[in-house]
Amino acid sequence: MSIMEYNGGSVIAMVGKNCVAIASDLRLGVQSLGIASNFQKIFPVTDRIFVGLPGLATDVTTLHEQFRYRVNMYTIKEEREIEPETFAALVSSTLYERRFGPYFIEPVIAGMQRTPSGSYKPFIAATDLIGCLNFAKDFVVAGTASDKLFGVAEGLWEEDLGPEDLFETISQTMLNAVDRDTNSGWGVVVHLLTKDKVITRTLKGRMD
Amino acid sequence: MNSVYSGPGFDFANTARNSFLESRGLPLPKATSTGTTIVGCLFKDGIVLGADTRATTGPIVADKNCEKIHFIADNIRCCGAGTAADTEFSTALIASNIEMHALSTGRKPRVVTAMTMLKQMLFRYQGNIGAALVLGGVDADGPHLFTIHPHGSTDKLPYVTMGSGSLAAMAVFESGWKQNMTREEALDLVTAAVSAGIFNDLGSGSNVDACVITASHTEMLRNFVKPNERVQKERSYKFARGTTAWKKEDIRDLIITEDITVIREGEAMDIS
Repeated sequence: MSIMEYNGGSVIAMVGKNCVAIASDLRLGVQSLGIASNFQKIFPVTDRIFVGLPGLATDVTTLHEQFRYRVNMYTIKEEREIEPETFAALVSSTLYERRFGPYFIEPVIAGMQRTPSGSYKPFIAATDLIGCLNFAKDFVVAGTASDKLFGVAEGLWEEDLGPEDLFETISQTMLNAVDRDTNSGWGVVVHLLTKDKVITRTLKGRMD
Repeated sequence: MNSVYSGPGFDFANTARNSFLESRGLPLPKATSTGTTIVGCLFKDGIVLGADTRATTGPIVADKNCEKIHFIADNIRCCGAGTAADTEFSTALIASNIEMHALSTGRKPRVVTAMTMLKQMLFRYQGNIGAALVLGGVDADGPHLFTIHPHGSTDKLPYVTMGSGSLAAMAVFESGWKQNMTREEALDLVTAAVSAGIFNDLGSGSNVDACVITASHTEMLRNFVKPNERVQKERSYKFARGTTAWKKEDIRDLIITEDITVIREGEAMDIS
């Protein structure tokens, strides 16, 4: 077993039409023993950015604090909110700084990026544990159920899904993938971002 | 970590913890690597670089269309294979240093300068930075093409390949390369070499990226050939709305609205 599987947990983010969604499970475990079913892995960064941090639970907390600190410093210095693309670069360089002693986290970023015209366009990205960025046009996955999430998402995702259709697609992808992973599950939370709203829903799923 | 800015260089704070975990039988997890076929080829008036677009984590395809031809300077580009984060950050670092160097010398950067900076950095890290590179460009001395290995050794050749698909690609070069090719011939050969990697090496796949560098300008041909495009799905897999049962919902409105209710007609201001 790798240390990435010690506490379990998975995150997925998907792009839709003028919206993005990010979902995670809620399990915290110690290998096969379940400890908590309310462990937060997705954190708000700004009103329009969410970051998912699946991996070793101690590093979830450490990195969340680290990102909060660095984003606050950025906001004060720049006198504006950070944009998703910039935040992705911040995540990437924070992780690469620890190239030879990494945090065991594979972050997933979802947000609405402001365009020069003043509208918003969906943005998702994921990095590996040493900060190699992956900008995908469709979906990104991470965590213990990532193999399953890749498979299900590849089959279910399609282009230009509206917010409500995207919610169904990401929810079904997540629920069905974590049901085939012993280390993920125990509840799912979905965040749906549109240009003017953030909808957070806790799903009904298997609790075994 | 009290300062706003952390110092330069790597932070080794977690190494003690991580090597302890490793000694307890928990191996370090795999980073994204670019299995990769990257190539470079000399032709009549410059260099053609080529790369596939697949990134992998073990046997899983992590990214189906990543960019492996990195910017170094206007007249220099660098293809990266190996640990994806290392190729990304090493080339970005050298690109910055080359720009600083160009600014301080007031000259156009040379390919050998970039090559020397990269090899000295990689040698300093004794192969721990897993970047295998193909560096190409045209400068005051004409066209140059190099390969740089993770330990810092370099080669200067008229046609080069690197990555897990290097054998497949080199086979194409060995049978097809000739001196003084035209731009079209070189581009075709590079495409054939990368395609050999895409179709015969499991670590390489998806599309062909190419980059043509001549004395006058650099042309980046992103997704030059797309031989593996996903076909339209036979049906839509949309779910009916309401399929997913949810327990709790929280809606946060990001548009701040304000209703002003006038409680009492105000008296007219006394202006007498």
